[in-house]
Amino acid sequence: MNQKTRQILEHYHSDKTRLMDMLWDLQREDGYISDAAVASLAEGLNLSALDVRETLSFYHFFHDRPFGKHKIYLANSVIAKMNGYDDVRNALEQETGCTFGGVDASGTFGLGDANCIGLSDQEPAMMVDEVVFTNLTAAKIRDVVTQLKQGKTAVEIANPQGVSSKDVAYVDAMVASNIRNQGAVMFKADRDYRAILKACLDTHPQEVIETMTNASLRGRGGAGFPTGLKWQLGRNAEGDEKYIICNADEGEPGTFKDRVLLTRSPKDVLLGMVMAAFAIGSRHGILYLRAEYCYLRDYLQQQIDAFRHEGLLGEQILGAAFDFDIRIQMGAGAYVCGDETALIESCEGKRGTPRVKPPYPIQQGYLGMPTSVNNVETLAIASRIIEKGSDWFSAMGTDESTGTRLLSVAGDCDRPGIYEIEWGTTLNEVMQMIGANDPNAVQISGPAGDCLSVEKDGDREFCYSDLSCNGSLMVFDKSRDILHVVRDFMQFFVEESCGICVPCRAGGVDLLHKMELVIAGRASQQDIDEVTSWSKLLKATSRCGLGTASPNPILATLDKFPEIYAQKLVVQKGALLPSFDMDAAMAGYDLAQKSLVEEA
Amino acid sequence: MRIHITLDGQSVITREGDMLVDVAASNGVYIPTLCYVRGKPCLGTCRTCSVRVNGNIMAACTIPVSDGMEVEVNEPEVTDMRKALVELLFSEGNHNCPSCEKSGRCELQAVGYEVGMMVSRFPYKFTPRTRDYASNALWLERDRCIFCQRCVEMIRDKETGQKIFSIESRGTQATIEIDVELANRMPPEQVREAAELCPVGCIIEKSLGFNDPIGKRKFEIKSIRERALERVDK
Repeated sequence: MNQKTRQILEHYHSDKTRLMDMLWDLQREDGYISDAAVASLAEGLNLSALDVRETLSFYHFFHDRPFGKHKIYLANSVIAKMNGYDDVRNALEQETGCTFGGVDASGTFGLGDANCIGLSDQEPAMMVDEVVFTNLTAAKIRDVVTQLKQGKTAVEIANPQGVSSKDVAYVDAMVASNIRNQGAVMFKADRDYRAILKACLDTHPQEVIETMTNASLRGRGGAGFPTGLKWQLGRNAEGDEKYIICNADEGEPGTFKDRVLLTRSPKDVLLGMVMAAFAIGSRHGILYLRAEYCYLRDYLQQQIDAFRHEGLLGEQILGAAFDFDIRIQMGAGAYVCGDETALIESCEGKRGTPRVKPPYPIQQGYLGMPTSVNNVETLAIASRIIEKGSDWFSAMGTDESTGTRLLSVAGDCDRPGIYEIEWGTTLNEVMQMIGANDPNAVQISGPAGDCLSVEKDGDREFCYSDLSCNGSLMVFDKSRDILHVVRDFMQFFVEESCGICVPCRAGGVDLLHKMELVIAGRASQQDIDEVTSWSKLLKATSRCGLGTASPNPILATLDKFPEIYAQKLVVQKGALLPSFDMDAAMAGYDLAQKSLVEEA
Repeated sequence: MRIHITLDGQSVITREGDMLVDVAASNGVYIPTLCYVRGKPCLGTCRTCSVRVNGNIMAACTIPVSDGMEVEVNEPEVTDMRKALVELLFSEGNHNCPSCEKSGRCELQAVGYEVGMMVSRFPYKFTPRTRDYASNALWLERDRCIFCQRCVEMIRDKETGQKIFSIESRGTQATIEIDVELANRMPPEQVREAAELCPVGCIIEKSLGFNDPIGKRKFEIKSIRERALERVDK
């Protein structure tokens, strides 16, 4: 075992639940995680080497082979493809001299694809080592790659002023926040966190929960579970320890509101975590940050340290008999970890496989203990509700959907960025707000959500009983090819399926192939009927939300834009299905014949 | 606590918290399973035991029963879903029953018969999968793996408790792997246990081949349904 591995093991007290951190440390050190390093880690953790590989091989950003001195991941989201993605991709291959998925001859560059990296308001965008570059053009690629070749680090290029990575200016140097519409709840400057928390700690935890319940706050991650009820269940649950986890694994394509919240108002989120901990009786918090937001890590750690320094974290917070602290857990690239049970598995150093439910995390979560997993936005809002009262909050929005929510707007509009809207706002109002020109389709809540027709759905309201958007909103004007968008979304689900259950793992591939048939003009009505039937199977029998949501892109567009499918369908002539490709089938025969001859 | 649930319209008295799949078997209602092993922690990977519980489709091996639960097992729509899931497993791997060592003792094959599968409605994918012969006593015939994860979760090294079998990568890229060093330490009875635990012919004992020569093979006299219902602890 080499010195470095020993140090890493010592640093984490050979605690296998910290395997994710250890793998990151190793990769930072060596550029990749070698078989020798895996063997050493396994030995130190009393795991088989393959058990370490289970985790290592699950995550997109871990590499078991050298992947270049500079690791470049270009986001291949549908929004990027609307904004010059192809030029940027070609420029990257040309300038670095390597093809996607590989490393150049000198081992300087590794080029990889990434699904949405939370920058849809400024795409094309790419991650290079631990920083990001946005609004890419071929010229910008040439510039960046040239500088890298000259020996500059990615950080030096992205941050020429040399600002400390703990400073918000570091984040601002590479990413714009693009807050376009501010409401009553979020992004308030000059909050007196100490006074707000003091007032909270002077009440009883039960009062905190009642305030949440009276405010009717519902989780902003998508499922809309009542926050007060979750905290009450957490408070009632029995466990030696209890945990608060902030879900900052904002992976739904198109959404980036948590990125902006964590940049502009990180202490709102931390304060929400402290209050949640006080309410349920937790001493430990984890902020699970997606790897794509690694440029926020030092800044967030600085915010946590500042909170601790001010006595708002740590032991006996503000003199109360209440201890609580927060650690940051880095993800490593897996959309499925947005599922709270997969996220917990990842926090425990394992593959991000969603657990079987029940039990729910609020009963048995992190390390088997009661765990409240809350979305970044939920926690930030909670801190505002405790400050201003439930009446103040519930006066906004509608009766069943109180308050406001953040929308991450991207696509065909004049002003992509962050919008705080009151629940009850209509789709048409949002289209006007964002300067959408000739909008045709609007994808809300990402691929897992719904596709709306502006013409048919314009008067519908954003609220939990109608358009219960999780924050992602992508606009497509009439020039966009919806079928290709759907195909990309289906590809996304295939790539991100954890593979634990058969309907999602195998059924997703079948649905993707059907979309390809439609686009190729070789699908008949029978294919569409099968899509409908198989989608029902996936929705009913998949183990987690990823599988159950994966048919949504097709189902939603079949419902809203049936004509674009109808135009592509062909009628069966004769005995063969249109999807049967005689030439392709015969090509196999020729190939087999040839290899037989060669063998003989 | 004694509770009462409805199972295909029939009222059943049972104990709160027992697993639905077991409760059904105890009451003569067969629900096919491929990853579930009675008495072991549920894996919830194959979904073949999907039934309708209070109107929602759920995997019966993951659901503890509670009072007033309404369960539909042999209802046409959900019956067809179970059949579709088995077909999906067949279309995903490369299953050639006539040439398989496990034929006649294979749970996937038996469940295929139980759900009345003739051919898969899903296109066969013919995914190339490599075999793994590296360990002394076992080999992995990955064409047949259905990723049930029984071996991953239930077979451990006796001395260290470490995993002998594991899953590599994710999604469609996932493969089952075997730790050669640990596998070579497996005592013969554990080798046999692993091969028998595998619901398909993926984990195969070396130098055994068929239990009996072709022509003399005695297949299971009882169907998987009869055996599942028999296993019930009375």
